[in-house]
Amino acid sequence: MIEFSNISKSYGSVQAVEHINLKVEKGELFGLIGPDGAGKTTLIRMLTTLLLADEGNVLFSGKDVVKDYLYVRNNVGYMPGTFSLYQDLSVEENLNFFATAFGTTVKANYHLIEPIYVQLEPFKKRRAGALSGGMKQKLALCCALIHKPEILVLDEPTTGVDAVSRKEFWEMLQGLKAEGLTIFVSTPYMDEATMCDRIALIQDGHILDTDTPTGIVAKFNYTLLALTGKYKQETIELLRSMEQVKNAFPFGDSIHITLRNGYSVKEIEGLLQKNSVAYEKLEPAKPVIEDCFMDLMTSH
Amino acid sequence: MKQLITFILKEFRHIFRDVRTLVILFGMPVVQVTLFGYAITNEVKDADIVVLDKSHDYLSTRLTNKITSSGYFYLKDKAATVKEVDKLFREDAVKLAIIIPEHFAERVQEKDAHIQLLADASDPNQANILVNYTNGIINKFMFEEAGVGLPYAINTEVEMTYNPTLEGVFLFVPGVITIILMLVSALLTSIAITREKELGTMEILLVSPLKPIQIILGKVIPYMLLSFMNAMFILLMGVFIFHMPINGSIPLLLGESLLFIITALSLGILISTKAASQQVAMMVSLFALMLPTILLSGFIFPISSMPWPLQWLSMIMPPKYFIIILKGIMLQGVGLAVLWKETLVLTGMTLVFLAAGIKNFKIRLA
Repeated sequence: MIEFSNISKSYGSVQAVEHINLKVEKGELFGLIGPDGAGKTTLIRMLTTLLLADEGNVLFSGKDVVKDYLYVRNNVGYMPGTFSLYQDLSVEENLNFFATAFGTTVKANYHLIEPIYVQLEPFKKRRAGALSGGMKQKLALCCALIHKPEILVLDEPTTGVDAVSRKEFWEMLQGLKAEGLTIFVSTPYMDEATMCDRIALIQDGHILDTDTPTGIVAKFNYTLLALTGKYKQETIELLRSMEQVKNAFPFGDSIHITLRNGYSVKEIEGLLQKNSVAYEKLEPAKPVIEDCFMDLMTSH
Repeated sequence: MKQLITFILKEFRHIFRDVRTLVILFGMPVVQVTLFGYAITNEVKDADIVVLDKSHDYLSTRLTNKITSSGYFYLKDKAATVKEVDKLFREDAVKLAIIIPEHFAERVQEKDAHIQLLADASDPNQANILVNYTNGIINKFMFEEAGVGLPYAINTEVEMTYNPTLEGVFLFVPGVITIILMLVSALLTSIAITREKELGTMEILLVSPLKPIQIILGKVIPYMLLSFMNAMFILLMGVFIFHMPINGSIPLLLGESLLFIITALSLGILISTKAASQQVAMMVSLFALMLPTILLSGFIFPISSMPWPLQWLSMIMPPKYFIIILKGIMLQGVGLAVLWKETLVLTGMTLVFLAAGIKNFKIRLA
């Protein structure tokens, strides 16, 4: 459905993305995961015909996004990174406007947005600018869906949204996927990766890996430790300086430590005691996407 | 078509929900017309004067009465000595002093009467006007009252054509219409389009089947209608409040106004294609359009007395042509037979601006 082939793009002297290859299958919920400035928005804007690549080409439903940009514009449901609806128009007015702009009516495609719109219905007279963050996202999603797009493209839809709304939002995407829609979504939140069928990890304009979330975690074959209890920034520095430690970074309230192969927990414990570092527990942990990302990032 | 209508309706909603836009749209014309019509005027009304009558005969008294009853002057004080006159000037109590010599009536008979006018020229324009008015009254007085005794006096008869009573308003109404149309059409449209860029909604509009021409028309048509209403409103104010005549054809006047509105709108579009933010659009509109409209269009300062580089510059100012057209139709009552050149220039400018605006409209983000 979507295919990026050897895509490069730079802004002046800054290389935004370089030699990107990605393929998204029909009916897939595909996640593009990486920190701010990794190149996610650049890729999405090229897919949605807003930017031109310096090199390589992008196919949308088999159509070239440069030559057939009008086809793409007619058939993509796009939700930009910043809230881009009219704040001074009401929920209803926004929805009607975008339906008409795409040559359809809210009535004709109401079934597509119904599960999402029912939550907005009580506020339909309210100005979009007065909605909560989560509600805004729902409205933006409705507006992106109202013309029955082939592919839904979402740029960081959950950024700046509370945890409950984020979960709800992903459930909505799952529902849309179940109806056969192809969804291409970017996010800086690693924990959202497991909600996708397949993900691509992106950093500094390069794809680190593309696989299913479980596939990516399965490739992680190091011992991972979690250090809990109150820790100081110096502890991380200390861990990083140990030759046994491949990687150490804060993870929630704890520190995740990736060991180089051939070393064990005992050695780290010994070293920590020698440096009289206080901690609660040091125990093996199950790796998650973030651990894989950190590992791929440092070994890249 | 349905898309366009929806777009226009959406635009009207934006306008009517934004207080600042409404103020510029509807508050501005009233303020401008009132300001230019009443406050900023170079006519003289009730200017404070002092008369030093050294003669006190029947003729000098009648002359004083004649001057004070003209409506232009208010007799603030009568002075007995030149010193007193001087004092009044220093206190800034009077703008003009009239000194009538001794034995005025006799001297008039002898054709040797000299009246001295002293004007406060710290405001040179006003001083000039005051002196001219007084001269006019004195000449008229001499002709009427002492005419018999002045057989050789030459009387020049001046007729101020098209604006016989020299009403400043007749000049200002066309000027204000031009300023308002320029402001509303160019400034507001350029802001309205850049606002979509700034808020990111342009991103969605681009990634939609809407064509650039639909986006532009949808943005521009509401402002065209509102500007046209504004133009009519100012014309009505001019006619009914300031008694400005419309000697020429009203349909032609409205047609030419519409043409100028489209000129200004196309300038607004052109600015918006270049400006990245509302702020830039506003600065460009104000400095590149408003100032030349006020200063170089011949509205306030006559173009013929400008140095030639500015005269050249005024040639490329659309407002200049529109003001000529407006004055032509309203005051002189002429039609297209006379004004075809200006109309043609405006049409040509509009086409160039429109073509450049549409060509520059970006269908992508960068």
